[in-house]
Amino acid sequence: MGLAVATPDQKPASLLRLGQSFRRRLFPYALITPSVAVIAGILAFPLGMLVWISLQHYGLRELIQHQGEWVGLGNYQKILADPLFHQVIFRSLAFTFACVALTVVMSTLIALLLLKVRRAVRVIVMSALVFVWATPVVVTVDIWQWMFDYEFGVINYLLTQLHLGDFIHHNWFDNPLQGWTVFVVIVVWGAIPFVTITLYAGLLQVPAELLDAAQVDGAGTWQRFRYVTAPMLKPIFLIVICLSTIWNFGVFNQIYILLNQRPSSDYYTIAIYSYRESFGVTQYGIGAAIAVLLVLVLIVVTLFYVRETVRQAEIA
Amino acid sequence: MIAPEAARGVRARQATETQAAAGVSRAGIKQLVFDLTGIGVAVVMLFPIYWMVITAFKPGRDILTLVPKWFPAPFTLDNFKDAIARPFFLDDVRNSVIIVAVMLAAALLVAFLAAVGTARFGFRGRTAYLVMIIGVQMVPLNALIIPLYMLLDSAGQVDALPGVIAIYLAVVLPFMIWTLRGFVANIPVELEESAMIDGCTRVGAFFRITFPLVGPGLVATAIFGFIQAWNEYIIAYVLLSSPTNQTLTVWLASFTTNHGPEWGPLMAAATLTGLPVVAFFLILQRYLAGGLTAGAVKG
Repeated sequence: MGLAVATPDQKPASLLRLGQSFRRRLFPYALITPSVAVIAGILAFPLGMLVWISLQHYGLRELIQHQGEWVGLGNYQKILADPLFHQVIFRSLAFTFACVALTVVMSTLIALLLLKVRRAVRVIVMSALVFVWATPVVVTVDIWQWMFDYEFGVINYLLTQLHLGDFIHHNWFDNPLQGWTVFVVIVVWGAIPFVTITLYAGLLQVPAELLDAAQVDGAGTWQRFRYVTAPMLKPIFLIVICLSTIWNFGVFNQIYILLNQRPSSDYYTIAIYSYRESFGVTQYGIGAAIAVLLVLVLIVVTLFYVRETVRQAEIA
Repeated sequence: MIAPEAARGVRARQATETQAAAGVSRAGIKQLVFDLTGIGVAVVMLFPIYWMVITAFKPGRDILTLVPKWFPAPFTLDNFKDAIARPFFLDDVRNSVIIVAVMLAAALLVAFLAAVGTARFGFRGRTAYLVMIIGVQMVPLNALIIPLYMLLDSAGQVDALPGVIAIYLAVVLPFMIWTLRGFVANIPVELEESAMIDGCTRVGAFFRITFPLVGPGLVATAIFGFIQAWNEYIIAYVLLSSPTNQTLTVWLASFTTNHGPEWGPLMAAATLTGLPVVAFFLILQRYLAGGLTAGAVKG
């Protein structure tokens, strides 16, 4: 009797468990499906189309007819033979490196400073960061254009008043090196809030007990940062460097809008070069090929960071 | 034997006391240096914003001066009146709000599911998924304008808000998923497990323990998505052609005429455009306060 009851009982239970483990195995896929559907649904076709167009001669006529002329890797050969492209690549890389390095170092210092200042000062600094962060890029470009105006700009006035030289009627964009310095300032200024607030949030998660323990063991300020804080912030540093590199390498709005949508070739980044080829001279095939090359260069540059970032995420 | 030891003890205590006394003043000076540096940082960061706002409040003749005026001494609201009176201001405010609100609601839900999926479960293909999430962000948006236009055209969504909402969703999602994933992963699983030991179901433990703790993460992610979508320019500019369908950033661009920008109204309009984001952030930032999980698990 007891056996007879036990056997049927056992069977559904094990079936249930089997069903449960099956469901459990499928569950994570169910969770990520909506995001995959949205991202792939919206971006897969355009990405494929971009590569497709890059392999064709695609001008205005072809755009209207929705029919390009197949040229294989012709567009790529043409671009890679163009000395301007080499200049643009080199310039974009140098610009990205300068921006990312400055952003990360300065943001780290500000985030650490936020831990040290009194509460009122922290609120002030945070509010300032939030204001800068919340201001649309299009707006900030207008502000900087106004501040760097060669005739009535406040920056020229301030620098002259501080006896740093004669900046009356100084046009910052005549000399590309000065112009690029201005763009580094604008981009770093705009990037600091996000990176600082992210790092600060990370710093708050470093357990105080660990820092105390390190101090008891005789670690100085630098050692505590180097051996306790920095390793714990590693995932945040990685993702911040990775994203900043991606964003700065593709920088467009700041330069394009500030130079009144007519940047000279001295001020081309890869994204602007691609846009000019597409919409300036309606060589959509060439423009698409440049965009594809941009992504390829980015993949090479960020390979290490992406691998480390994903590895860190897998551990967590 | 005893005397030297006692003497040493006294000396040691004295040393500690002088150290402490010196420490107080040194700590005070240090604190002052930190605070002043902090204020310096705030001033430098905030100056461009300040310059925008006071330019917006200056009458035209005070804006174009060789010696800048540091305060809007004769104070005027004319620039704001001028800006608001421009055509399509209210239409564009409405469009921006609709686009951001709908996009954000959908994005938070989708991103939360994906964040839990990748932070709490190991599964085949997770690495590929994470690489995709980062990789998608490498593609420059302005290079996709033509293909995106073709896509929306075939769906009959050119010059319509749903098309733009869908694109923003796809663009903002990867970063939101990544950020939220970090927040979920940082909540110790032990909390859920101990709730389950206390008799909660797995789902119950998740909704009673993890979900409330991930609140700050949702807020942070929402703020990021809000800023991204509110500020986007190129896509809205190209894909929303009729003025009644455009967003605030496109409206802003209309202030630059052939004679260059009209600084006063432009700065007023820029102030108005930035205001909602700042307000959204300030309202929500108290939820951002860290340390919610601090001390929840004593390791």
